[in-house]
Amino acid sequence: MKTIVCIKYVPDTSEAEVKVNPDGKTVDNSRFSYDINDADNYAVEESVLIKEDKGGEVDVVSIGPKQSDVMIRMALAKGCDRAKRIEDERIADHDPLMVAKVLAGAIKGEKFDLIMTGCYSNDDGHMSTGVALAEELGVNHASMVKKVEVLDGKVKAHRELEGGLMEVVELELPAVLTIQTGINEPRYAPIRGIRQAQKKELSVAGLDDLSIDPAEVGAEASQVVLENLYIPEVESAAEFIEGEPDEKAEKLASILVKGGLV
Amino acid sequence: MGNVLLLAEHRQGALRDITFEMMAIAPKLAEDMGGEVTALLIGSGMDDMAKKLSEYGVKVQVIDDPGFENFNAEKYQKVLSVLIDEMKPAVLMTGQTAQGVDFMPALAVEKKLPLVAEAIGLEYVDGTLKATRQMYSGKVSATVAFKPAETYLVTIREGAVEAPEPAAAGSVEKIDSPFKEDITYRKFVEYIEAEVGDVDITQSEILVAVGRGLKEDKNMTLIEELAQGIKADVAGSRAATDAGWIPHDRQVGTSGKTVKPKLYLAMGISGAFQHVAGMKGAKTVVAINKDPEAPIFTVADYAIVDDMFKVIPALQEKIKELKG
Ligand SMILES: Cc1cc2nc3c(=O)[nH]c(=O)nc-3n(C[C@H](O)[C@H](O)[C@H](O)COP(=O)(O)OP(=O)(O)OC[C@H]3O[C@@H](n4cnc5c(N)ncnc54)[C@H](O)[C@@H]3O)c2cc1C
Ligand SMILES: Nc1ncnc2c1ncn2[C@@H]1O[C@H](COP(=O)(O)O)[C@@H](O)[C@H]1O
Repeated sequence: MKTIVCIKYVPDTSEAEVKVNPDGKTVDNSRFSYDINDADNYAVEESVLIKEDKGGEVDVVSIGPKQSDVMIRMALAKGCDRAKRIEDERIADHDPLMVAKVLAGAIKGEKFDLIMTGCYSNDDGHMSTGVALAEELGVNHASMVKKVEVLDGKVKAHRELEGGLMEVVELELPAVLTIQTGINEPRYAPIRGIRQAQKKELSVAGLDDLSIDPAEVGAEASQVVLENLYIPEVESAAEFIEGEPDEKAEKLASILVKGGLV
Repeated sequence: MGNVLLLAEHRQGALRDITFEMMAIAPKLAEDMGGEVTALLIGSGMDDMAKKLSEYGVKVQVIDDPGFENFNAEKYQKVLSVLIDEMKPAVLMTGQTAQGVDFMPALAVEKKLPLVAEAIGLEYVDGTLKATRQMYSGKVSATVAFKPAETYLVTIREGAVEAPEPAAAGSVEKIDSPFKEDITYRKFVEYIEAEVGDVDITQSEILVAVGRGLKEDKNMTLIEELAQGIKADVAGSRAATDAGWIPHDRQVGTSGKTVKPKLYLAMGISGAFQHVAGMKGAKTVVAINKDPEAPIFTVADYAIVDDMFKVIPALQEKIKELKG
């Protein structure tokens, strides 16, 4: 089995205040910590689990800046075999169709059985890249996958639908699967793996190296324009309970008990 | 002509909510673009659903064919690819659902058409179609403009708008499927229903729900103690389920359960729309989160901005005191 896993370096904004830059088109990323996208972390684990079960190799592909090498090395430490990072500022990365084209350009010509992407990126959240990539490469796909069974020349994918209902589909390989969180328990990189990862191949390429025409993946080629970013107004009708933690607890307790809520 | 083709979504014999929600968006858009709405229904045994859909005053076109008994992304793509050429809609919209995300990006690539995924609003201004969508888990909104194209593809977020009431009588017309072959490279196998656990949280009166803010499994004791003291059941976000802190059947949200307890205590949950969709029907919502910008506060009745680990022990004690 040869698997290619696509991973993205994303900012953790769950506890942070997000500010839009004066250009109105980008977010001030200076204070965020970055790491692998949630779903991609599960995709890495799933591809390593399949390798451990069936043998074979796992390649990592990521479009991102130099700083993301740390994330890529981590995936290598967990058992992926080699990595390719693509960096080129001409890529219109606001459009998942352009991102998919670049990923396809980086993968074209390689033999693979499976490609795994996350089903959703924490920052952009298009839920589109993996399925678009499958079409670019002309292979089968299943999205939002929460269980993978590799069979002979086929894969059974359990797609997670709304309400937790699962739809089981069978695909002929090669295929792209977009992986949903919770499919497995991502491991921590073992110390030995971290040492080995330093010796594994991590190549860096631009569009020219990959023979991808910048005119096909740049802002001109994209049929959508990111016009404006803004912070949505947070309207809250909530009663904010103030004070020290103890006082807040006391006030809330009294609201709950006196209001007959508990 | 600016016609809007709306692909209806249904599953296991019923139209899904997103289909009706799109009825709040499509007619106005079609009017602004100088066209009409056609709702497309693809399935097998569709008479009742077609009738129900037509009550929204739209033209319903139905492909009623045993070959479409179950959803198959590849077949949908084949059908829509032909219909786009034949009908030349200005807009093709469907839901950003497990169904929509499984074929719309591939269709966009195949037809070389633009796609905006998970729009929460659409506007046609001075000849340009603009979509509003969210990024960074709802902390940032974005306006995305389509460059001029034959057909704009767009998926709509579930629960972004309220479904309108049925408006007027429409029409139903059966059309022949432009794609009748069977596909061997992707096959539907079966549905597997969600697991049932020991407690049915959809029936709970009080829920204490935890999120990633719990940080570690061992902190569950604190949550369980609080829940026990107020006779509540424990539930949580997807992050809490994925981490294994709570069982799957206790997950609240679009891919979990929809709950409507009298009291919902959200502890260390950010309030992503997928979560909120499952709990906004709660009568009273209390949220404790250390991030003042957390979207959970928009649906809260009582809010505490603080570290839950400082508040919960004291809360538990005070409740015990007051209840005597
Ligand atoms: C297709 C799809 C379906 C999904 N379905 C669901 C679903 O059904 N249900 C669901 O919940 N999610 C669902 N999600 C995931 C959703 O998008 C969010 O990722 C998830 O809800 C986040 O969970 P969370 O709020 O626990 O974690 P986070 O978003 O990481 O939030 C953690 C919060 O805890 C706060 N916090 C941290 N430490 C403390 C502390 N000491 N005290 C107080 N607060 C603290 C932080 O400020 C933060 O707001 C789905 C996503 C996708 C793509
Ligand atoms: N810059 C990138 N590099 C590698 N993979 C990416 C990149 N952007 C998106 N992806 C993949 O596409 C998935 C879905 O992203 P999205 O369509 O934005 O929700 C992610 O989980 C990644 O696996």
